[in-house]
Amino acid sequence: MALTPADVARLAELARIRLTEDELSALAPQLDVILDAVAGVAEVASADVPLTSHAVPLTNVFRPDVVGPSLAAEAVLAAAPAAEDGRFRVPRILGEEQ
Amino acid sequence: MNELLRATASELAGMIADGEVSSREVTQTHLDQIAAVDGRVNAFLHVAADRALAAADAVDAQRAAGEQLSPLAGVPLAMKDIFCAQGMPTTCGSRILEGWLPPYDATITSRLAQAGVVVLGKTNMDEFAMGSSTENSGFFVTHNPWDNTKIPGGSGGGSAAALASFEAPLALGTDTGGSIRQPAAVTGTVGVKPTYGGTSRYGVVAMASSLDTPGPCARTVLDAALLHQVIGGWDPMDSTSINAPLPDVVGAARSGDIAGMRIGVVTELGGEGYAPGVEQRFAEALEALQRRGAEIVEVSCPSFDYALAAYYLIMPSEVSSNLARFDAMRYGLRVGDDGNTSAEEVMNLTRGAGFGAEAKRRIIIGTYALSAGYYDAYYGSAQKVRTLIKRDFDAAFTTADVLVSPTTPTTAFTIGERVDDPLAMYKADLCTIPSNLAGNCAISVPCGLADGLPVGFQVMAPALADDRLYRVGAALEAELAAGWGGSLLDQLLASPAGAYLEGGLR
Repeated sequence: MALTPADVARLAELARIRLTEDELSALAPQLDVILDAVAGVAEVASADVPLTSHAVPLTNVFRPDVVGPSLAAEAVLAAAPAAEDGRFRVPRILGEEQ
Repeated sequence: MNELLRATASELAGMIADGEVSSREVTQTHLDQIAAVDGRVNAFLHVAADRALAAADAVDAQRAAGEQLSPLAGVPLAMKDIFCAQGMPTTCGSRILEGWLPPYDATITSRLAQAGVVVLGKTNMDEFAMGSSTENSGFFVTHNPWDNTKIPGGSGGGSAAALASFEAPLALGTDTGGSIRQPAAVTGTVGVKPTYGGTSRYGVVAMASSLDTPGPCARTVLDAALLHQVIGGWDPMDSTSINAPLPDVVGAARSGDIAGMRIGVVTELGGEGYAPGVEQRFAEALEALQRRGAEIVEVSCPSFDYALAAYYLIMPSEVSSNLARFDAMRYGLRVGDDGNTSAEEVMNLTRGAGFGAEAKRRIIIGTYALSAGYYDAYYGSAQKVRTLIKRDFDAAFTTADVLVSPTTPTTAFTIGERVDDPLAMYKADLCTIPSNLAGNCAISVPCGLADGLPVGFQVMAPALADDRLYRVGAALEAELAAGWGGSLLDQLLASPAGAYLEGGLR
């Protein structure tokens, strides 16, 4: 299969990454080569092989439900791109029509 | 060279504890070495001189007060810039985190502080630990101390180069597909990927969470074990941390007894694509281990042939999810916020501007592999291969106590050589990836030079048998040093190529 620059643009928008035209045309053939190389996994992945998502099988790791200290709001907001009135200030989240 | 620079971490700790030298003097000597040679090596993204000297003074005060010191108290360390340290810049090699000061410490950072280890600063790396050369760093490329035109390995090239240029006796790394072991191999240093879950990931910037493993880097096997002892063990703040005692890694490194041990050579990790010089040094290392009483057997792990492919599906899938947190809202870079542009568009612009080419490649591959219609063929199949690789390891460990291979198929390549060929870059991790997929532990130990550049010898052991790595590593290190009349890095210092490293005298 061949990925076109348009395919890459679509994937990049899904991933919220704006790419330039130059990036799109450089990435498409590179991603093709990589996807070709990794497609081989299907050769040995027969139906009877179970999936492994994690090297250490662990489920539902809980800690005791006790109150502990958390980070000070000022310390966290100090790292924010923008803050206002003790909160993160974010760009507009609703469009004109909403 | 100043004896404080050449000394091992273990020796320095002993001298500091005995009052032969202060931690301040040791720390200042290493800061001077950084000032003298890092303009050439480019190992450090940030040097925290004042903070390091204050930490050194605290250890000296403890000693003066008659307090019992920890085994590595007062010894300097170079920290890969992926570990959060409160108030110290942490970029993970990315422009998207430039200027970020973490509001908290990683568990490993806290453990180092408790042990009195002195953090000199943060070392360069491929952006978000994605790469084998540091060429993907958002800031600059680190140079191999053996030959400044060569790559230092990656992603932890800065930590490995700091060790090999005698800027620090200890360093920290993280290993997702080989990012500790491959830099160790190409710089003639020691690097350990502990058992997955044996070292805490809390406060370590995530790349691929089911694979990421922090670990120790050093110039000797014993020093790596001493550092492993400080950073390792269960952490309730990391839900994938293993609640089991760390095996006696320091005892194993001191012993180096491998008499009667069965060492399995993995058939699939050699042959075509492996440099002749690398294979030759590897064969000689096997002979050295035999002289120490080990039995060499051959084992086959046929699924390893599919490890690289499985890794380059599983890892990008996890990357695409993990790196979603860099959304320009709560920390890090924000681009295009003019009061009118939408949050979604600000994310697009910020991530387009802040991520480098490799981060973008991997996020997009992951997005593709996880998308409807491709999920089963790509991500699902890769997870099945992961099962097969685990089975191969399990079977091999019934006939051998440890498995061995070259750490990486070639010696350090030239800077720029593979930047436009991602697949060629990925092949540097051919031998290291299987252990990440299976979660077992592995070490790289120097085993000689090929064309004047270091070659690494990899030892892999079952999960939670990290002590075997140190036993075999120490045996190999001792046997080879006996033949060479010193360490591999002594050969660098003795050669014209290493003359510039002598610059750090006060």
